[in-house]
Amino acid sequence: MTQKLVIIGNGMSPGRMLEHLFEEDASAYDVTIFNAEPRVNYNRLMLSPVLSGEKTYEDIITHDDAWYDTNNVTLHKGAKVTEINKTNKTVTSETGITAAYDKLIIATGSTPFIIPLPGHDLEGVLVYRDLDDVDAMLKATQSKGRAVVIGGGLLGLEAAAGFNARGMDVTVLHLMPTLMERQLDPAAGYLLEKAIKDKGIEVLTEVNSKEILGKNGKVTGIKLDDGTVIDAKIIVMAVGIRPSAALAQTIDIDCNRGILVNDKMETSEEDIYALGECVEHRGECYGLVAPLYEMGKVLAKNLCGGDEEFTGSVTATKLKVTGIDLFSAGDFAESADREEIVLRDATQGIYKRLVLKDNRIIGAVQFGETSDGTWFFDLLKKQTDISEMRDSLIFGQAYQGGASLDPMQAVAALPDDAEICGCSGICKSTIVTAIQDNNLTSLDEVRSHTKASASCGTCTGLVEQLMSLSLGDSYDPSKVAAVCPCTDLGHDDVRRLIKVKELKSIPAVMQELEWKTSCGCAKCRPALNYYLVSDWPGEYEDDYQSRFINERVHANIQKDGTYSVVPRMWGGMTTSDELRAIADVVDKFDIPAVKVTGGQRIDMLGVQKKDLPAVWADLGDAGFVSGHAYAKGLRTVKTCVGTDWCRFGTQDSTGFGIRIEKFMWGSWTPAKLKLAVSGCPRNCSEATCKDIGVICVDSGYEIHFGGAAGLEIKGTELLGHATSEEEALEYIAALTQLYREQGHYLERIYKWLNRIGLEEIRREILNDHEGRKALFGRFVYSQEFAQKDPWSERVSGKDKHEFKPMASFGLEAAE
Amino acid sequence: MNAITENWIKIGQLSDIPKRGARCVQNGDMTIALFRSADDRVFALEDKCPHKNGPLSQGIVHDGCVTCPLHNWVISLETGQAQGADEGETLSFPVKLDGNDILLELRRINNGKK
Repeated sequence: MTQKLVIIGNGMSPGRMLEHLFEEDASAYDVTIFNAEPRVNYNRLMLSPVLSGEKTYEDIITHDDAWYDTNNVTLHKGAKVTEINKTNKTVTSETGITAAYDKLIIATGSTPFIIPLPGHDLEGVLVYRDLDDVDAMLKATQSKGRAVVIGGGLLGLEAAAGFNARGMDVTVLHLMPTLMERQLDPAAGYLLEKAIKDKGIEVLTEVNSKEILGKNGKVTGIKLDDGTVIDAKIIVMAVGIRPSAALAQTIDIDCNRGILVNDKMETSEEDIYALGECVEHRGECYGLVAPLYEMGKVLAKNLCGGDEEFTGSVTATKLKVTGIDLFSAGDFAESADREEIVLRDATQGIYKRLVLKDNRIIGAVQFGETSDGTWFFDLLKKQTDISEMRDSLIFGQAYQGGASLDPMQAVAALPDDAEICGCSGICKSTIVTAIQDNNLTSLDEVRSHTKASASCGTCTGLVEQLMSLSLGDSYDPSKVAAVCPCTDLGHDDVRRLIKVKELKSIPAVMQELEWKTSCGCAKCRPALNYYLVSDWPGEYEDDYQSRFINERVHANIQKDGTYSVVPRMWGGMTTSDELRAIADVVDKFDIPAVKVTGGQRIDMLGVQKKDLPAVWADLGDAGFVSGHAYAKGLRTVKTCVGTDWCRFGTQDSTGFGIRIEKFMWGSWTPAKLKLAVSGCPRNCSEATCKDIGVICVDSGYEIHFGGAAGLEIKGTELLGHATSEEEALEYIAALTQLYREQGHYLERIYKWLNRIGLEEIRREILNDHEGRKALFGRFVYSQEFAQKDPWSERVSGKDKHEFKPMASFGLEAAE
Repeated sequence: MNAITENWIKIGQLSDIPKRGARCVQNGDMTIALFRSADDRVFALEDKCPHKNGPLSQGIVHDGCVTCPLHNWVISLETGQAQGADEGETLSFPVKLDGNDILLELRRINNGKK
């Protein structure tokens, strides 16, 4: 009969253990998991990128609900186990669920240490451990203000960088003289402190906190030993963890700091194992993922009758803060019988130090440039005698044995058992074999087959080099992703082939480019429709069934299925008549909400779909046209009042903004396109974070582009300077046309700029005069077909099927 | 009332719905979305995504499915089941063509749940 395996805890180590277990023998156990957190298994190492906004929770899920289904694992979410009955062999959760076991694994993880300062229980004092903590932190970041992080170790600094990336002021308080003193020597700690401060984070070392201050139960600041008070909206304690052994202690399992286990991961109690951060093994408690994964592997084998032993691990540390490269491993304290090799490059902020004993590396610290970390760590773990290469050792692997500096050579030279992925303990030969045996061709495939580069991701470059090495020219790390699962082609190829093969309809594209589905999907059809609209003006007939609903009905769908209506207000200017007409429409159609938008116009929200044509008819009578607030196309041109009114204005920014908007409205672009014109460098219309922005100066018009103020925040790049409105308009239209012709569908102009490069775009617009005029000409030509007001077309009856039900009947027919 | 009695109601013509498009039928409080596929088959689902009640009739129709306009869930036109990793189900109704006429049967299909 299948044995029952119960696991208490659903962190990374039991998750990995189960993967190994199912690989060994998928049917050996009926598995039940109790998770105190109300969710599936996710990659805790990646909480910092979630905090900083570089990833979302969905990105870091390791096992989704389907995984538990597929593997027949019963997962009790939000069920903290409070009782183990070793006589009856059952466990019971706080929520009253009881499960019987034949084998039990305790994987309760660790608990963050909370300094018992006065005020530590105030609202706003957090630890940094799980997704709930991150959610609480993210909530705090919405109100800006200052975050104080107590503890300048790995987690504390990652939390600080996350708050910093979210736009908060941050102060790090650290008890010791240098940051991360357990993993770094003072020199590297100094460089780290400098790099952290360069990000705008305040770092105070050798400080001790005395009291957390609060008001109405909420934290307001922190008082230090020396009397200094720092205001704070949120305080995060990241001063260490301790194993969670309390549950094990209730049934008298032997514990010290953590739950004691032997090399087979057995506790003092028969049939009860422990795993992960809650255990103490040979006097060590581990907090990094590599040894925990190693334990999981050993335990999985032993549960299937194996005889594996875990003998402890040497661990290496990498900091996951964007822009800071740091690697450390082993022991680097100074001592009489040790020698060291140090390399410093002050201008580049590079510091490397190797600590040697008996011609073997016992410690390595690298800052600023860490590409040889894997190699040093490999030499350290194998205790390789380095006397032969001692002279050039510090320069890294590429300099050994006269080998070339090509990084591919360096990877090729690595021995088969060199560890590539430190988190998962995956060596070179495992990856190479997996690539060859399974014909893997993409990084994602390698990740899912081997787990290499799937945790913290710092070894991605190495894995890609191994793929190049194994696959030769057929693997291109810069290989573009396919448009969607309906095709293997990327956006660039599709666009090029549409032009070369003169494909002028969606069915033609799908046939000629061998689409794998009969009529595409919701990803590729809108993309193809845009490419055809953009490439064949006047010839291609717009396929409305391939447009997203907003562009199909020329309004913005809202969460309740109603729509919002935004009429154009040229350059943000309006009149009393226009405002009166809007007021009348709002009253007549009982429109529940009216809002002023960021693009200087008025949004009417909550309009019923069936009312849209009548709303548009009334607005049309007052002279309004569609504002295209729903379009992947020209949205608004925001302006300031310029020389008309402003005492600082240098040009007629309002008039020029209106001129641009009247010239460009109706044009479709890969993604939305928002413009602004400011009358002077004070920039009241915020032109330097727009897709295209104009800053008027005495001598003319500075044309900027590629700004972003949404998911990302980015200032614009300067395209060039124009001396007249005509010249400026030509630059702007030519730039827009280049983006229309090269952009990938849904790619904002700043991403297109990143991909193509500023120099190349400048060359095409500024230096190549004929090319620019041709681009301008193509834009003007396509506007002939694009500038039809979609609202008046629909008032006149176009697409009327969209706006009324096909049939209505009451209850008598429904019966 | 006899449960076997069929109750087919003529609600319109095939040509009333654009290919790869949808129209709505109002039945008391309930809105039913009628879909027409690229190959002229017709399907009827309650106009409500199982995720957050998005109006499926407003989505893009492709390969026997519709993609909800609110959060891109993909729903099977035939069964009303959410596709891929998402889980949920929308009510579906029997519908058939009699020549160019669309006939809708308002007795709900019992999908085994609820």
